[in-house]
Amino acid sequence: MSTVAPTIDTQTQKSSNGKDGDVLVSVRGLKKHFPITSGIILQRTVGHVKAVDDVSFDVYRGETLGLVGESGCGKSTTGRTILQLYRPTAGSVQFEGQELSTMKGEELRKMRKRMQMIFQDPFASLNPRMSVGRIVSEPLRIHKTVPRNQMQEFVENLLERVGLNPYFINRYPHEFSGGQRQRIGIARALALNPSFIVADEPISALDVSIQAQVVNLLQELQEEMNLTYLFIAHDLSMVRHICNRVAVMYLGKIVELGPTDEVYDNPLHPYTQALLSAVPVPDPIVEKQRQRIILTGDVPSPANPPIGCNFNTRCPVALEPCFHEPDPPLIEHTPGHWAACHRVL
Amino acid sequence: METLMEVKNLVTRFYTQEGTVYAVNDVSYVLEEGETLGVVGESGSGKSVHALSIMGLIPSPPGKVENGEVIFRGRDLLKLPSDEMRLVRGAEIAMVFQDPMTSLNPVLTIGSQITEALKLHKGMSNREANHRAAELLELVGIPDAASRLNNYPHQFSGGMRQRVMIAMALSCDPKLLIADEPTTALDVTIQAQIIELVKRLKEEFGMAIIWITHDLGVVAGISDNIQVMYGGRIMERGSVEAVFGDTRHPYTLGLLESLPRLDEESGVREKLHQIEGSPPDMRIEPVGCPFAPRCPYVLDKCWEQQPPLEPGEGSEANHLKACWVDVRTAEPNPVVAEEGVA
Repeated sequence: MSTVAPTIDTQTQKSSNGKDGDVLVSVRGLKKHFPITSGIILQRTVGHVKAVDDVSFDVYRGETLGLVGESGCGKSTTGRTILQLYRPTAGSVQFEGQELSTMKGEELRKMRKRMQMIFQDPFASLNPRMSVGRIVSEPLRIHKTVPRNQMQEFVENLLERVGLNPYFINRYPHEFSGGQRQRIGIARALALNPSFIVADEPISALDVSIQAQVVNLLQELQEEMNLTYLFIAHDLSMVRHICNRVAVMYLGKIVELGPTDEVYDNPLHPYTQALLSAVPVPDPIVEKQRQRIILTGDVPSPANPPIGCNFNTRCPVALEPCFHEPDPPLIEHTPGHWAACHRVL
Repeated sequence: METLMEVKNLVTRFYTQEGTVYAVNDVSYVLEEGETLGVVGESGSGKSVHALSIMGLIPSPPGKVENGEVIFRGRDLLKLPSDEMRLVRGAEIAMVFQDPMTSLNPVLTIGSQITEALKLHKGMSNREANHRAAELLELVGIPDAASRLNNYPHQFSGGMRQRVMIAMALSCDPKLLIADEPTTALDVTIQAQIIELVKRLKEEFGMAIIWITHDLGVVAGISDNIQVMYGGRIMERGSVEAVFGDTRHPYTLGLLESLPRLDEESGVREKLHQIEGSPPDMRIEPVGCPFAPRCPYVLDKCWEQQPPLEPGEGSEANHLKACWVDVRTAEPNPVVAEEGVA
């Protein structure tokens, strides 16, 4: 058992987690605090929302890492801070060994070619005044990776690759259904041939019968283009299906991290246990036999987290030290399976 | 079991500038007293509009219930004058909506919103109503209930607001509770709290429940019977065990196969089964089976004739399906997804 003071060495050793142990993105001590201001003209900072509070993990090349948790737990902020869409308050984000958090301007823009994002809401993330062709080619025009005379052909190929008819290149987003729009968003993300994609709830706005289509597409593209995904989601069943490893977040911190089947079959943290037991299974026979751990109360505000372990206000098994000792560190219990809880030994 | 409500040939349409929306197309079913019916469907399947039609809450114009009867305890709700319908709504049939923030009035206290129904329907005095409201809040698990009556909706979290909505809905001891996606806006641990609460309240109050959702997992856990809707029609209906265990409609089958399961090792299925194509455009007048364009078992006559909702061969008498094909024996064909623009 080793404690986390996660240097890259301690985590790369556990190559059993990732597909080949080759780290693509390395996050260390990442914090993102948003100021709360008060006053109309003279704004004073009266506190901070600790959206992401000291998060460390690695993403291995070629894997899909799931990031799960309830709304407000900081999973989307983590994804955006990694991509430097928000600049971190503290901590480091390394992409292929290069530090992103101190990069600026042109240097950072060059890195952006390598990492892209797929957004949740396919209705809000596409400009309604731009044709599909312009939306998908915008990154190409900014980064000038494709000569202008080959642009049309390139975009048509991309559309075909994500399962859209290239004939639609001049149509506008409102002419498409939700699933088709999400495909446009995926084509845009792939245009620069990135190696890392943050997919922020890419299927939760879609109808049930469309979700499988998009998930299958993401998996095919991963194989074809050797992509690495950070898959942010709250649908725990889907995460089990597509992720190699999963990280569970609660109130800005990772409480458990490990290979997906390992975490689902043998959850260590009481929050993970409750979260998994709360997910309904589409099978009446299984449902009748399941024992649910019902958590009381709500998630505390990240502006004012509890003293001690963040989960102590809802934890069914909290002990006395959980209320005054500092936050439990993320500890590796079995190879590659980490949990942050005083109760797990 | 006594029949509580019978819905017959319900047809609801919306006449909009972009054309007529055929939202509910000939829906008929019987609800027993004390039954929990799960209504499952995707957006546009008509599951919510059918419930609003029962409650007489379809905005008109543009909407109109064009046909049908809703016989609730001997009276046709669709023919009741609006002042009599008001006495049914909230007292005999109550409804809980998806978004607890938009369905509570932000400028009135929780107490005044709960007591409104008690005073109107039960003729209680202010003091009696306040007392009852505090009891109700306690019943739905809101701590320190009496003092929270003076709070406003924004002082409650999402899960707590949904509890308030449930307390309001149950205030007059309704015979039927219609819950329209009551947990969709909530986190999964809060959803589990609300489901547990509704199960407990059902044992206490004994009301029938229509639980509308898109989540097959949720209905599997709470329903006696389930009803799968698509394109404004009922595709399959039966006991929850029969529909999940002896599925007879290609749409239900496709949905169940497309869902990943929490209790299934990752990588067991390399790819998820996918239903090709998109849900139907409800602005096109339905001819034949609405699922035909996406159905792997489709026959020529599916395009022209809507199959009746009746028991399949060898299935339970109350297990109904609307399909010409017997999915147990028929061979599926690959569906070529239609390359259309919505």
